[in-house]
Amino acid sequence: MEVHVQPRTRSKMFCGCAIAELNAAPNTHVCEICLGMPGVLPVPNKAAIEACLKTALALNCEIPRHTKFDRKNYMYPDLPKGYQISQYDLPMSLNGYLVVGARTVRIRRVHLEEDTGKLIHAGDKLHKAWESYVDLNRAGVPLMEIVSEPDLRSADEARDYAMELQTLLRTLGASNADMEKGQLRAEPNISIRRAGSEELGVKTELKNINSFRALHRAILYEVERQTQVLESGGSVVQETRGWSESEQRTFSQRSKEFADDYRYFPEPDIPPLELDRAWIEELRAALPELPGARRGRLVTQYALSSSDAARIVADRSLADLFEEAAAAGAPAKQTANWIVGEIAPTGKLPSGKNLAELVRLVGDGSITRDQGREVLMESVETGRTPAEIVAEHGYAQLSDVSELRVLAEAVIDSNPKAAADFRAGRKQAMQALMADLRKRAPQANPKIANELLLKLLG
Amino acid sequence: MTSSDLTELGIKEASRLLRLGSISASDLVTAHVERIERLDSHVKAYLRFTPELWEKQADEADRRIRQGDAPPLAGIPLAVKDVLCVRGVETTAGSRILRGFKPPYTGTAVARLFEAGAVMLGVTNCDEFAMGSSTENSGYFPTRNPWDLDRVPGGSSGGSAAAVAAGEAMIALGTDTGGSIRQPAALCGVVGMKPTYGRVSRSGLIAFASSLDQIGPLTRSVDDAAVVLSLMSGLDPLDATSSDRPGMEVLNNFGGGVKGMRLGVPREYYDVKGIEAGVKSAIDAALAVLRIAGAEIVDVSLPHTDYGLAAYYIIAPAECSSNLARFDGVKYGLSEVDAPNITDEYLQTRRKGFGTEVRRRVMLGTYALSSGYYDAYYLKAQKVRTLIKRDFDEAFKHCDAIVSATSPTVAFPIGSKTQDPLSMYLCDVLTLGGNLAGLPGISVPCGTSDGLPVGLQVLGPQWGENVVLRVARAYEEASEVRAEVASVV
Repeated sequence: MEVHVQPRTRSKMFCGCAIAELNAAPNTHVCEICLGMPGVLPVPNKAAIEACLKTALALNCEIPRHTKFDRKNYMYPDLPKGYQISQYDLPMSLNGYLVVGARTVRIRRVHLEEDTGKLIHAGDKLHKAWESYVDLNRAGVPLMEIVSEPDLRSADEARDYAMELQTLLRTLGASNADMEKGQLRAEPNISIRRAGSEELGVKTELKNINSFRALHRAILYEVERQTQVLESGGSVVQETRGWSESEQRTFSQRSKEFADDYRYFPEPDIPPLELDRAWIEELRAALPELPGARRGRLVTQYALSSSDAARIVADRSLADLFEEAAAAGAPAKQTANWIVGEIAPTGKLPSGKNLAELVRLVGDGSITRDQGREVLMESVETGRTPAEIVAEHGYAQLSDVSELRVLAEAVIDSNPKAAADFRAGRKQAMQALMADLRKRAPQANPKIANELLLKLLG
Repeated sequence: MTSSDLTELGIKEASRLLRLGSISASDLVTAHVERIERLDSHVKAYLRFTPELWEKQADEADRRIRQGDAPPLAGIPLAVKDVLCVRGVETTAGSRILRGFKPPYTGTAVARLFEAGAVMLGVTNCDEFAMGSSTENSGYFPTRNPWDLDRVPGGSSGGSAAAVAAGEAMIALGTDTGGSIRQPAALCGVVGMKPTYGRVSRSGLIAFASSLDQIGPLTRSVDDAAVVLSLMSGLDPLDATSSDRPGMEVLNNFGGGVKGMRLGVPREYYDVKGIEAGVKSAIDAALAVLRIAGAEIVDVSLPHTDYGLAAYYIIAPAECSSNLARFDGVKYGLSEVDAPNITDEYLQTRRKGFGTEVRRRVMLGTYALSSGYYDAYYLKAQKVRTLIKRDFDEAFKHCDAIVSATSPTVAFPIGSKTQDPLSMYLCDVLTLGGNLAGLPGISVPCGTSDGLPVGLQVLGPQWGENVVLRVARAYEEASEVRAEVASVV
């Protein structure tokens, strides 16, 4: 699998242009350098190099002493210089691995290059379009290319690998790795072979995949397609195929309309880089705890289930929140439930201390779980502590039996039909009574109120 | 002072007169413009003129001179080769493909000279994309040698060399990829210097071969070359190959003479195939002058010289084939938009926009980089390049600087080599080694052969500009040979 990742940088790979948002007007984030005007020169972005090296180190790669940029030559209107600056035979890193579930996926290399622009055709593809538009906002945006060895054996493994990379990149802060925004682009190479055979079959490469779900489906589709081709006596053609989201199928695509001789040669405008060992060791020492290790630790240290640990560690900020709340004395299991069930879906995070307080207030029965949700929301919005919010709203749970009895009697008086139904043996009528009670007093302790209603109706 | 006197001045004397108030920057411009009007229809050194710039810059220079804070080049008339981008000024690399292209930026070297007060007169002719040794490959017209209008001025910076030789500019900028400053300087009887690779930022230089290109000055004295070079050089955040290495402390350090210096004469250069007898005897005379001035002349060897030309004509075209890919008709310059599809648009634009020599080199370079040929050509040429560097390293163990002819011949008649590219390529045989090894080199006038100028080349070790300038200055002083202004007609 080849994965292109846009490292988190302020500016482009070889010029000072800011990285454009997806909805930016065309050709608004460009300068003479990324436009490939005559006489201008590329100057490498140190932040991109650092993000690449951090990623490579986290993927257990070797970092060679010398690395260089090369030119990959081909002419296409989305490539302003007529060549892409990439890395060929001396990439920034080599020979790493990433553990994904039970599988160790070998990483062949992680290198840096620049993105191309975007073409919009009025009509079909470039050669048939009656008019084509060029947007060079993306031209020159840095990209890390992470190339794995052919170690993935199924669509599930491929998807899990891509997801694990995303988690790793986010943990490192090396990339936002948002697939919808094109910050992480997976290009699986797929081949099939007879069971027991050692030799890899002819592969096809899939492009245009912009979600993990699409990645999974595209691979399943392609495996099925190749199987049918071989079983009907045909042979698989080595080619690039696109994934059509609307049709849910892959289709043959010749992305470059010229023969693939890229005439690589060393980029003469950028001197070879000598990677300072002390700097590499500094970067290595500064790596955060990586997702695999953290998942393991959450399971052993806090007795979390491995699925909870996985969901929490998938987002470094959630994992940090969990550990902050736990450090503030919150019980682990309930905290994990709140994070996985309530916080992760909204993406809005309270402070660790506030979460710990909330878990405690719900846990000791001071407020109901429903109230807890509202307190959480308000705490996230205002930054105030749950205790303050509970006090202000009078959210503290009502458990006083004499007060609750008055309430329960009023409910029965106001709902004579439901009360009669219940007494006649229709147990579900209790739900209507409880609903009315909660409406009158949301803070009522539901357990005690329910017992009182049963007693009064009995 | 007559206006012809004003066009014969050097920087030092002109600056003195400007500061005294005897002349103004506008007077200097006017004198040069009058001379251009009188002579350039014969010489054809310029492609276009920049009156808006020269008026603004001369006024600014005069203002600052009056205020007493004149920068070092205040009011000095400058000509700029057509490969150096100047904001708002049509810059075309001598090519039809860039017709009408006005860069929105000024390259670092030119910008630094503007900051130093230089006044730009215009854009000079050159071989298309600096590919050539005679300026006959210009996409517009050939420039003529001011000393003999039937002969070439050399190239590719022929327009700049001719302008300085004809008194149509006091100083000019050229670029040197295989000899393109030094060879026309020699053929036009002026001083031309190529700095160490990395000394001057290439930002704003329309690339021919990125690993070989350098910007340098063409002037009528070694002093002027040193001043212009020192003002352009140094680290530039826009060029990752630029450098702040020492070796440019020239202004107070290169007048020391050659007494006690060892000057190496490479036998492969001295007896180079095709060297004219008149050139050889001028070089012999120059060596005698240097010996009398106190230098020790020693034999050295550059054994891989024979392979240099072949290596150069693989590396330079390879890089050019890639550098010129951006001229696709999509973004700027000539565009054959009526083509039925994008491939035809590329082909038609480039066929129409590029001249024969450029097309030849793009094809050579594309071939040399192609899959299956890369190892045999490009990689092997890079190995030869390393051997040539080692040759120079070894030679500099035995001498402080290397001296030779700049060009094996004097200026040749227009049209005499255009049908035979190989004979044209041989013009660079003594200069391109300096580019392959990234070394600083200068050409200074050293007399004439059949009435035509001969150039003496001095090559120094990497970052050794001070050594090169010191030898050139010592020769200039001891020989009493000075670059003169050609009367032309």
